[in-house]
Amino acid sequence: MHNPQLNKDGELTHLLTIEGLPQRILTQILDTAASFMEVSAREVKKVPLLRGKSVFNLFFENSTRTRTTFEIAAKRLSADVINLDINKSSASKGETLLDTIDNLCAMHANLFVVRHASSGAPYLIAEHLHNTGRDDIHVVNAGDGRHAHPTQGLLDMYTIRHYKKDFTQLRVAIVGDILHSRVARSDIHALTTLGVPEVRAIGPETLLPKHLDKLGVHVFHDMNEGLKDVDVIIMLRLQNERMTGALLPSAGEYFRHYGLTPQKLALAKSDAIVMHPGPMNRGVEIHSAVADGSQAVILPQVTFGIAVRMAVMSIVAGN
Amino acid sequence: MNIEIRNGRVIDPKNGVDRSTTLFVADGKVAGLSDAPAGFVAEQTIDATGCVVCPGFIDLGARLNSIEAELAAAVAGGVTSVVVPPDADPPLDEPELADRLVHRGTEIGKARVLPLGALTLGLNGERLSELAGLKKAGCVAFSQANRTVVDTEALLRAMEYATTFGFAIWLQPQDYWLSRNGIAHEGEVSSRLGLAGIPVAAETIAVGTIIQLVRVTGCRVHLTRISSAAGMALVHRAQHDHLPITCDIGVHHLLLTENDIGFFNPHARFSPPLRGQNDRQALSTAAVAGLAAICSDHTPVGADDKLLPFGEAKPGATGLEVLLPLTLKWAEEAGVSLSDALGRITWAPAEILGLSSGQLASGAVADICIFDPETTWQLTPETLKSRGKNSPWLGYMMTGKVSTTLVGGRIVYQA
Repeated sequence: MHNPQLNKDGELTHLLTIEGLPQRILTQILDTAASFMEVSAREVKKVPLLRGKSVFNLFFENSTRTRTTFEIAAKRLSADVINLDINKSSASKGETLLDTIDNLCAMHANLFVVRHASSGAPYLIAEHLHNTGRDDIHVVNAGDGRHAHPTQGLLDMYTIRHYKKDFTQLRVAIVGDILHSRVARSDIHALTTLGVPEVRAIGPETLLPKHLDKLGVHVFHDMNEGLKDVDVIIMLRLQNERMTGALLPSAGEYFRHYGLTPQKLALAKSDAIVMHPGPMNRGVEIHSAVADGSQAVILPQVTFGIAVRMAVMSIVAGN
Repeated sequence: MNIEIRNGRVIDPKNGVDRSTTLFVADGKVAGLSDAPAGFVAEQTIDATGCVVCPGFIDLGARLNSIEAELAAAVAGGVTSVVVPPDADPPLDEPELADRLVHRGTEIGKARVLPLGALTLGLNGERLSELAGLKKAGCVAFSQANRTVVDTEALLRAMEYATTFGFAIWLQPQDYWLSRNGIAHEGEVSSRLGLAGIPVAAETIAVGTIIQLVRVTGCRVHLTRISSAAGMALVHRAQHDHLPITCDIGVHHLLLTENDIGFFNPHARFSPPLRGQNDRQALSTAAVAGLAAICSDHTPVGADDKLLPFGEAKPGATGLEVLLPLTLKWAEEAGVSLSDALGRITWAPAEILGLSSGQLASGAVADICIFDPETTWQLTPETLKSRGKNSPWLGYMMTGKVSTTLVGGRIVYQA
């Protein structure tokens, strides 16, 4: 099937999902991000790659931190950045998603960074741009429903590569609410594409999607077993609304079984790193001693995230 | 008017007819095959060379949002009778509404309109509608469309009440709790795309409940749009136990699976959802074996309601004008004879409805479809008379094109 995120030359024109992207493109993004790390360390933190271009941050769902990192990344590329909090404007007036897009195109947008509560919304936008002959306008998915959060997946890969160098010898465990997590889905596709031989998913049956094995993932219900000898632990945030009701009895019981404590961390390799996409729930999925401990790389993830988003935006929209 | 339909391949699946011959129509009825009845003088002759002449199709599920356009679409697709589910706006829960719909259908004079009355007021699954009154106004049975009677006691009472009068109830089996938040089949694709799933158990639980209530009440029940292998297996067993249960399958479910969602194609959103390959296979096998009728489940949806992210788009596809080509496509894939395939959309639905139509025996009502089984055409919005241009097949080539449709011996469509 035609992959809408690649142009006819096989180059990335939108970033909608990691699934189906060739390894060379993931590596290209990570390498480009590495070159931008140096920019962020400079006195003047700017490169002119997107000078004169307009980046529209279209957030149909609230987010402060992802939007901020995209904004910083775009500014470091010298783009003009326009932030639109759609919840409070057009959507409430009944304007459809594609009407909003048409209007912003008329304002000469070059790149849309889209977050939406519905899985697949960025595809609809990309297809609409294609069908209306606007292939010069690009879309970067900043999180759609439960489907994908590809820049988070890529910054996670950047982090792993930074600390572990080689993907092909690793055991990686993803722990928690995988069912509702777009981050987990993007991580799984990225890890398998980059050649990680063993990807594990750890969680209760209520928080695991069906057929995970088809994605090349080994499922564990027992965290003690699943963490054994892993090199990387990716903890997922447990949303407040999942903590009660039929999925889980309580936050306390969840923490006892799936919270990352120093004792459980000791089951992993001694040099294992601990990651989290944030924001963290201390005492729900992760113990403070781990979150603040020497193996946690949660803050470096945020720093890498800016370089990765610069890389993605410069690759899809740069000249 | 006396009409002579010449040189066609006359297929009457119910009566085992499949040969090139002449069909005679007089006084709105089939007057004879091959030999003209005594004193027959044709006032009109239709040359059906290269075409199939068969009973008009009886569609067990077609929504008529804009009735004139949709009834024109029906006859353009060879459909001469449409069963209309009650989930219109307002729901068909009062005799007066049913009466109006039937009259409007007669006035338009294209396909016959066979309304299903709302089983419960407002389709809310609580209070029974006036079933006898609705029946008198022309409703052929009672249904909740694709909504559920959540309260099992209410469903039991509805069946008991319907049995009192010998009415049939049509139900789309879907457990409310397991389906309310879902937007796609719970399977590999929904896991990958992050779409909330509707498990097969949503169907089997509902089918199981209905079967148990039929056992208790003896109510005649027709199950609409079976979507899963497991659901079909339960129906099959119930039929084996001689329970008065029949079922149908939406034609899209015979040809498509969850994989056709592709990159979130909203045209592949259906209720019930497209399921897995094994489900599709089991449905096809059941249709081949004659355990189920095939219907279009025609659901016209405006462009604005489809140009949305998958989970926000309205489910359903346009169906009346593709029922024939899609049934032929299925028949070819499944290795079913043309006659058997046409049987699933003619006499099989007629039997479910208790009608004597859907056949071409002498004296049968002259609802007839004439189509060219070889003509191919590309499905585009412009080729559809229906207001619903929503189809996962847009841009695809269709094989089989209707040239003439007769309802009650009157020509209501000519290409």
